[in-house]
Amino acid sequence: MKNKVRNATEFLKPLPDPDAISSEYWRAATEGRLLIQECPTCGHRQWYPRALCTECSSDTQWLECSGLGTVNTFTIIRQYGMQPFKQELPYIVAMIELEEGPLIMGNITDCDVETVRIGDPVSVWFLKIEEGIGIPYWSPDA
Amino acid sequence: MDRTPVIVGIGLSDYPKTPHLDGVQHHALAAQRAIADAGIAKSEIDGYVNASSNMMIDDPVTMSEYLRINHRYIDGTMTGGSSFEFHVQHLAAAIKEGLCDTALVTYGSDYLSRMGRSLGTGGFQRPGQRVAGPIQYEVPYGNSLVGAYAMYAMRHMHEYGTTSEQLAQIAVGVREYATLNPNAIYRDPITIDDVINSRMVADPLHKLDCCAITDGGGAFIMTTAERAKDLPNKPIYVLGAAGAQTHWNISQQSDFTTSAGAQSGPEAFARAGLTPADVDMIMFYDSFTITCLILLESLGFVGRGEGGPFIAEGNLRKGGSLPMNTDGGGLSSCHPGMRGMFLILEAVRQLRGDAGEAQVPNCKVALAGGSGGWLSCIGVAILGNEAPG
Repeated sequence: MKNKVRNATEFLKPLPDPDAISSEYWRAATEGRLLIQECPTCGHRQWYPRALCTECSSDTQWLECSGLGTVNTFTIIRQYGMQPFKQELPYIVAMIELEEGPLIMGNITDCDVETVRIGDPVSVWFLKIEEGIGIPYWSPDA
Repeated sequence: MDRTPVIVGIGLSDYPKTPHLDGVQHHALAAQRAIADAGIAKSEIDGYVNASSNMMIDDPVTMSEYLRINHRYIDGTMTGGSSFEFHVQHLAAAIKEGLCDTALVTYGSDYLSRMGRSLGTGGFQRPGQRVAGPIQYEVPYGNSLVGAYAMYAMRHMHEYGTTSEQLAQIAVGVREYATLNPNAIYRDPITIDDVINSRMVADPLHKLDCCAITDGGGAFIMTTAERAKDLPNKPIYVLGAAGAQTHWNISQQSDFTTSAGAQSGPEAFARAGLTPADVDMIMFYDSFTITCLILLESLGFVGRGEGGPFIAEGNLRKGGSLPMNTDGGGLSSCHPGMRGMFLILEAVRQLRGDAGEAQVPNCKVALAGGSGGWLSCIGVAILGNEAPG
């Protein structure tokens, strides 16, 4: 499934430094695809991506997610010392439980921060920063 | 020869704010005081442990050189603030095995004087910085250290109905003890209303749910029960110690209502041959009020979800059934970044009966529960003032 991709005009936040494993994850995000890993041997699913299955140590495969999940837990960040986060206060940092199982961290955007609740359904969207790096974000389902 | 591991010396450097001391001086000052307290010769020390990761400044090998320790055993385990509980576990085994006889553990930090109060909400990366390693999956989102713990509090409240008032009771009780500690950074009594009316930092954690930032250092000396016979202090026995880890970075926690203490707690109790009911006082790493609640439940003092009501009854306060953080804790007294050291030192002070107005009556067993990272690595050390049976 293709999910919504927006293009960043100026992105001043810290960024991933893609490595041999993570580069595929960040590149897929520029194309609107959210990847986790699934183990072909034991079926274990994991985020973040690694060089082995954390359950059985086998090689892993990529699994493209639906981009749907629910809020497992979250906080409203109201104090932060560094720009550009400081000018975006207050904002949500959340752990999203993916439809496929694993938890993933992200911001929940496009909403009044006071309205977010645990259990809320959310959908992924992506901010394309540059070639090879897209960042997954989440917005509440209407 | 009785190689039962015991703590025979403790030392605190100066705190809470000491701009004239750097981190290395805190290590050294605490070491001097612990050696003097133990009544040993410095040359006896043949084991050295510290948890610093400031390579070439105060890491274990640099500090070992600085202090000129001729060690047979060295350990630099760094699990965050719980490192020192892990050190007790490691040293207990090393001393029993004869890898060393008398070991020094030191900690020192000038965090407040050098970095201000930036630890909780300052951000650790620069704008636009490219970040490698697992933290690359978190840095774009602007989470704070407070925010990580807040996510535990939010989930615990959701699952069990835990309230901000119950969490506030922790801060109030620890502050009550801080009023008895002339060195504590915050000494004015506070109320539950003060906590829940203090500004929200990361929902649902308020400013007064968060620990202080201070300077400080500490050291302790472990040796054998045999050696302790000729030393001035009543030996404090390591009855059982254990450690466990569920994750490191907060985004890899899979259950925001518990901790690795659910593994290390029962193991430490089994090694001690004790149960939570045998513990007279606890020293918990109170980085945040929620940290204490999660430790209380995961170490088995109460069932899951029972922590809030237990705390609201005042059990953790002075005069309660399970007094906690009798030195004023990280919340109100001393928190230079890795508080696990001070959990051990205060537990020893209580077990010696030296805690003055803060003394827990008839204190025979104390438990230090350290949390490192983001409730990631939980180290547990159960100490007692009577030889294990």
